[in-house]
Amino acid sequence: MPHDSHDHPHALLPPEPALRVKALETILTRKGLIDPAALDEIIDTYQNKIGPQNGARVVAKAWTDPDFKAALLEDATPVVADLGYYGRQGEHMVVVENTPEQHNMVVCTLCSCYPWPLLGIPPGWYKSDAYRARAVREPRKVLAEFGVSLPETSSVRVWDSTAEVRYLVLPMRPEGTEALDEEALSALVTRDSMIGTGLPKVPA
Amino acid sequence: MSDCAEIAAPEPVFAEPWHAQVFAVTVALNEAGRFAWPEWAARFSETLKRNGLSRDLDGGDDYFHAWLETLEVFLAEQGAALPGDVADVQSAWEDAYLTTPHGQPVRLPQRR
Repeated sequence: MPHDSHDHPHALLPPEPALRVKALETILTRKGLIDPAALDEIIDTYQNKIGPQNGARVVAKAWTDPDFKAALLEDATPVVADLGYYGRQGEHMVVVENTPEQHNMVVCTLCSCYPWPLLGIPPGWYKSDAYRARAVREPRKVLAEFGVSLPETSSVRVWDSTAEVRYLVLPMRPEGTEALDEEALSALVTRDSMIGTGLPKVPA
Repeated sequence: MSDCAEIAAPEPVFAEPWHAQVFAVTVALNEAGRFAWPEWAARFSETLKRNGLSRDLDGGDDYFHAWLETLEVFLAEQGAALPGDVADVQSAWEDAYLTTPHGQPVRLPQRR
C-alpha cells in the first residue's frame, strides 16, 4: 500500500478487502462465533511456529532412523502427530519416497491443499493456476523450470492433494552426508524438496 | 528459480495483513465446528475455478480475494453474517478510520 511520509490527518484507510474482513470479524465476534484472541493465536502459529523446518525434521529423522522411516511410509499421520505435527483440519498425511527410479511431486489441482503442519502456508506459486494446471500436464518441464533435471531413467509421479489427504515428499538423502547428524541433515532439507519441485541441498 | 530463492529474503507467510486475518477467521470457524474443512475446500475450489476462467490466477492477492469471496457467501448462506449487516459494519469501520486522528487506535463507536 502506498504510504507517503507526510502527515495524515486521519488514520490510514486499509484496502477495501481488509475492511470486508474486519466487518466479518466484528460480526462473528459479536455473535460469539469467534474469539479475537484465538485469531491472534492462529496467525502467530502459522507465521512463526509452523513452517518447512517441521517437515525438515521429519525428513532428517527418516534418513537416520530406519524404523521411523518404515513407520512414516506405512502411515505418516500418527507418526508425525507424535512429533507434535498434526492437522488442525483433521487431514490425513501421506509421505511418498523418492527413489532413483521414481521422483514424486505434489500439487493440488482443486485449490491449494498442502501439509500445513509440516510445511506451513504454501508459497504463491503453489497456489497459482499455472503450477496447478501444468504440474500434472508437463511435470518434467515444470521441474526443469525449478532447476531440477532428472535422469531419463527416473519416472515422475504427481500426487494430487485433497482436503482429506496431504502429501509430503521424502527426498533422497544426498551423497556425502554419512557423517552428519539429524540436525545438520535437516538444514539440507528445503521446502521445495518436500514438495518435489527441488532437491535437498548438498553439503558444502 | 530455487537458486534465487535461497539468496533472496524469505517470502513472508502472508503478503498482506488481511490475508492473515481472513485465513485465521476461516480456520477459527472450522475449529469451532461451524463447517468441516473438506466442505470449505470444495467451495473454495469452485470459486477459484470460476475466477480462473476469465484470467490466470497468480496465487497471490487474487487467491485471497477468492478466499474472502467464498467465506462471505458461505457465512451469508449460514446466516452467520448477512450481506446487509456486513456492508453496514464495513462502512462503520471506514468512517472510524476516516474520523480517527492519525496515530490513535481505530475503534468502532459503541453500539446503540
